[in-house]
Amino acid sequence: MNAPARDPSRSSYYVTNDFYLELIADFADWQVDERSVEDCAERDRFRRLIEQEARLLDRLLYEEWLALYTPECAYWVPSTPEGGDPRTEISVMFDDRRRLEDRIYRLRTGYAWSQAPSSRTSRIVSNVEVFKSARDDQRMVRSNFAISEFWDGEIRMLAGWTGHRFRQHGGAWKISAKQVNLLNCDQCIRNPSIVL
Amino acid sequence: MTLERSKAPARLQNAPLYDWDELVQEDRVHRLIYTDPAVFDAEMVNVFGGTWVYLAHESQIPNPNDFITGKLGLRPLIITRDENGQIRALYNRCTHRGTTLCRWDKGNSRSFQCPYHGWNFLNTGKLRGVPWPDGYASKLVQEDKFNLAQVPRVESYRGFIFGTLNMEAPSLPDHLGPIKKPIDEWLDRNPGGKVIVCEANRLKFKGNWKLAYDNSGDGYHVIFSHRSLIQTENRFADEATKKGMSYYQNSPDTLPMYCQYMGNGHHFKDKRPNLEARPGGLWAIESLHPGMEHVQDKLRSRYGARAETMLDLAGSEPVNINVFPNLSLLGNHIQVFQPVAFDETDAIWYGTKIEDVDGTLGEEVLTDINALRMRTQEGFPNFGEVDDVTNFEQIQRGLAAAEDEWIYMNRGYAIPDRIHTLEDGTIKGPATDELFMREYIREWKRLMKAEPDIAIRREV
Repeated sequence: MNAPARDPSRSSYYVTNDFYLELIADFADWQVDERSVEDCAERDRFRRLIEQEARLLDRLLYEEWLALYTPECAYWVPSTPEGGDPRTEISVMFDDRRRLEDRIYRLRTGYAWSQAPSSRTSRIVSNVEVFKSARDDQRMVRSNFAISEFWDGEIRMLAGWTGHRFRQHGGAWKISAKQVNLLNCDQCIRNPSIVL
Repeated sequence: MTLERSKAPARLQNAPLYDWDELVQEDRVHRLIYTDPAVFDAEMVNVFGGTWVYLAHESQIPNPNDFITGKLGLRPLIITRDENGQIRALYNRCTHRGTTLCRWDKGNSRSFQCPYHGWNFLNTGKLRGVPWPDGYASKLVQEDKFNLAQVPRVESYRGFIFGTLNMEAPSLPDHLGPIKKPIDEWLDRNPGGKVIVCEANRLKFKGNWKLAYDNSGDGYHVIFSHRSLIQTENRFADEATKKGMSYYQNSPDTLPMYCQYMGNGHHFKDKRPNLEARPGGLWAIESLHPGMEHVQDKLRSRYGARAETMLDLAGSEPVNINVFPNLSLLGNHIQVFQPVAFDETDAIWYGTKIEDVDGTLGEEVLTDINALRMRTQEGFPNFGEVDDVTNFEQIQRGLAAAEDEWIYMNRGYAIPDRIHTLEDGTIKGPATDELFMREYIREWKRLMKAEPDIAIRREV
């Protein structure tokens, strides 16, 4: 396999069993007071990134949105409350970098009928808390979200909480994994086709 | 221009509700079968009460006292395996005042206590006790009528649990008939001939349940409804093999895939003949999924040619096995159509994983294959089914136009030598034909005309 084929936008070599195990471990038992970051400036830095992400998604600026993520990332919407094991459970969504780009490519084909016309969204993120990790170059961030989605003549609400795993990448904090916990993740959902 | 005079079918005095022959014709059906709440109410008795309905998979309740809650039509059920291992479909309805007893999706319990007045039932359906029994003139626990109602006939076929209220329905194996063969093949390609149900992609749409069943055998919609999916899975032009359902793109009716009506409302779309019949042939057309290249390269370097057979276990089986009225096996999914109202349906795509039944895979390969299997199964609900259900909703909206009365299912109809009835009575035709729809709706009509011998059972 030649080097360009290792481009995570083109081929998926990094989603290994170790990658899953690390993901599961990072998203287990992390929301504890002892690890909470008190420093307001640091907390504000991550709040700003999460608000920026919400704005880019509301405006459907997907390239700019993807630039917030590390090249080897995970976007995970579990179908069981609090996560589960994605190796043995179907998720509402589980994307690596390539599938995230697939998701956006599909929405832009003009033939994604579930998003023709596109939903209009207004995202509120709040309750942002930052937690230290065992790794110095990693922070876990919990926030609540409420997405008002206008689609097919109606406004509906998607709500829950998000876990962001931020890592230092190229001198900046990037999202290396995002776990979106929908309140109704284990229930039937009408047209779950926007990027959460 | 032609002008049509509209004459809406008349509701008849006394039963039946409609002249079903007027609503369901050879090559078209009337909009009312999707839009009239009274038809829906009748279906919940005549179809969801009158024929075998898929309830659950045995792997969802593997141990004694395991239960899940479910539905038979709109009837709330607790599907449980009692202490003796017997699978029962209890009505989730207290015999006292009608409260649902259990509000959890799944669990393990030997008994269920009503949250309203505390009546307590064993998972055999027997009333175990009521609070302050002295307030009753007789001992309620000795009266059969206070035991929970149960679906009177519950049978499994190779792990698939079905139930019917109709005492005159044929046995389950007879009812399934020729569709058993593709079910067997779907199972037997997995180790030990079995799958384990895991979590699901759960979708809801504002449309009639039959819109989903109409679509389940439809090879005509694929390249139009799923144009975004097919473009996406083939977006890397240098990929040697066309991925996913690309074979529908050019003259699909001339390909070896076919549509087959299997009797009793069941039908089968077999796309396997399009594939190269070789180990790895299935894997070769799989769309791009997380972890794919990593596992593929690892297995190939470690196991050589044997890796292809392993990878096929993660590939999506190219079949649609549709068991009327509410079950569809496609890819590796167990899809269930659950009616909610005349214009609302839940479509639940249960994932399946495999077990290393005879130890030939080993733990590492099993973990890798199942993880890949999860990712392959997330693909279609995410990138394909959302467009389908959007179209179903828009059909329901289109059918609000009362004077434009008919839905056509005439593709392949009345063309000589296009469709063939085989020796076993099944009917075979090109992949894009609507023959499956004409035939299943004929079974629907038979059930709607029939007077099923509906019963419930109680323990004694």
